[in-house]
Amino acid sequence: MAGGIKKFVVGCFDDEAVLFPAVKNVRRKGYKIHDVYTPFPVHGLDHAMGLRETSLHTAGFIYGITGTATALTCISWIFTKDWPLNIGGKPHFALPAWIPITFELTVLFAAVGMVLTFCYLCQLSPFVKKHHFHLRATDDLFVMVIECTDKTNDEEVQAFLTAAGASEVNVQVAETGWWLGRYDREQKLYRELEKGY
Amino acid sequence: MSLLKYESQIREPLVDGNKNYHQVTEDIIRPIEMKPTRLWYIGFYISVALLLFGVYSIYREVTYGIGQWNLNKTIGWGWDITNFVWWVGIGHAGTLISAILLLFRQGWRTGVNRAAEAMTIFAVMCAGQFPIWHMGRVWLAFFIMPYPNTRGPLWVNFNSPLLWDVFAISTYFTVSLLFWYSGLLPDLATVRDRAKTKLRKLLYGVASFGWTGSTKHWQRHESLSLVLAGLATPLVLSVHTIVSFDFATSVIPGWHTTIFPPYFVAGAIFSGFAMVQTLMIILRKVFALEDYITLGHIEAMNKVIVLTGSIVGIAYITELFIAWYGQNPYEWYAFKENRANLFSPYGWSYYLMMFCNVVSPQMFWFKKLRRNIGFTFFMSIIVNIGMWYERFVIIVTSTYRDYLPSSWSTYYSPSIYEIGFYVGTFGLFFTCFFLFAKYFPVIAVAEIKSVLKTTGESYKMKMTDIEKADAEKFYIEEVEHAH
Repeated sequence: MAGGIKKFVVGCFDDEAVLFPAVKNVRRKGYKIHDVYTPFPVHGLDHAMGLRETSLHTAGFIYGITGTATALTCISWIFTKDWPLNIGGKPHFALPAWIPITFELTVLFAAVGMVLTFCYLCQLSPFVKKHHFHLRATDDLFVMVIECTDKTNDEEVQAFLTAAGASEVNVQVAETGWWLGRYDREQKLYRELEKGY
Repeated sequence: MSLLKYESQIREPLVDGNKNYHQVTEDIIRPIEMKPTRLWYIGFYISVALLLFGVYSIYREVTYGIGQWNLNKTIGWGWDITNFVWWVGIGHAGTLISAILLLFRQGWRTGVNRAAEAMTIFAVMCAGQFPIWHMGRVWLAFFIMPYPNTRGPLWVNFNSPLLWDVFAISTYFTVSLLFWYSGLLPDLATVRDRAKTKLRKLLYGVASFGWTGSTKHWQRHESLSLVLAGLATPLVLSVHTIVSFDFATSVIPGWHTTIFPPYFVAGAIFSGFAMVQTLMIILRKVFALEDYITLGHIEAMNKVIVLTGSIVGIAYITELFIAWYGQNPYEWYAFKENRANLFSPYGWSYYLMMFCNVVSPQMFWFKKLRRNIGFTFFMSIIVNIGMWYERFVIIVTSTYRDYLPSSWSTYYSPSIYEIGFYVGTFGLFFTCFFLFAKYFPVIAVAEIKSVLKTTGESYKMKMTDIEKADAEKFYIEEVEHAH
């Protein structure tokens, strides 16, 4: 979903050791960090940015117990109600023998559910395209993106980022959300064209 | 730099050479962007040829029936189930490396986890072929799934280990695939953002799902990997446990033992690591990745091999002892005559197995041999031959003579199509692996970058100075002050 066109100040850092104090200073100064794009998970950056903990693992737990419940209800219904199978006169409700399948379905539901939730939350899917503020953000640059409001003086933000140690600073006008597209084509969104940026 | 990133000097660097983040990307992604070497083409075509032979063998088997194989009423499981268990076992190392070693915080896994996970997926694909085609009427294979049907509905037997296997293997495959691919997303995005050609931009653009590297996404990604690792750890143990139940819940002498689950799991890790060694030694050479898959990695894996090999050895001896101590005449006969008697028809295979799996890995107690690449490569092959024979011994020596002497069968040797099927799965495995090595980042780029500053050789060198400086500072401020 297209999230709207906004103006951003982009600062690229070479080293995460420089990035951390910069993030703190930017927040102290009251600028709004849109996001920081990094080539690998930088530990503690989410806390420095003030992001809340993800609750993906809670979702995983819920999917897991759904799997457990599905396995147990299905098997017990099939083996005690729908078609009780006489296996050497042993009890129809044979819980110990159902543990392997119950376990497997728990894991399966949790894993599949979590990955789908992850993709949904992060808007990841084939043919999804997003604006990339710097192509080297997946290589060796730590890219801090600050959102500009009506009151923001972008010159001042740029100077501030340079002072904080950014090796490259620029201003970009970009779509914040995702859209369906291909990476081999330059695409302009219709709204972007309309607004005349 | 603070001491937060400090790692003891005793630990070897995991990334050799003077690298920075960009250099890591260059080294690992470059093979994808270059034309494959002649060696790659030769290997790939040989694999495809083997695969085609496998396809022809399967065609014969489907057209003319299981009679194309030399199984008989007594030895109903021969090469096919041996191969199935062998491949599943190999498929255990990848998840062990990526999941269990992640939970144990073993840094060295980052160099080998990606390729090992890929190996797992391909090995499980190969394993799955055997029970599927052994069904004979493979067009009815979907009968193994429990679904409301017009036959009653007649359900599958949920109390049967063979059905547990269906669930275990398919869950294992799915979870491994998800784990592997979710780890690949950021690296595929790296390839996409470096791409110069239109086709590569398109394909890697599609494959990377629009990954940007946002901090929030990384946070969720970390959480996802950790929970998937937590799920995959009991899963990997459960899979081979359930495979061993296929045997252990039966009443065949030599199979009906409670030692099977731990013994099978240890054996699976053992053979899996051997296969990882075989592949890594080739991979690091062909793609010049010696700086990332270092001697330290090879040594670490050899330590796992000697540990699991010894566990397997203890299991063999325990099994033998209990067969005697248990005083079940059939059980004891299976061990004494069918296996341990060198002059019985299959006695040789028992001793071959003992030598390959128990005696030879003990060489890895010597550091010199653990760090010898040629010897490691040789041993990795020996171990996999040994582990194949372990399954062969279990399956064939237990079935060819059990309770009723009138139904004993002495001779079983595979037909050309049985061998062809096995060879074909090698073709499948290596075809997949060659394609993977060419088109995917074989080492987890992002993960290497995240450990680079703690374990990179150049960073570790600098660390010595910091360590010294901090020790002095500590002495001046704390110790001297106190006096």
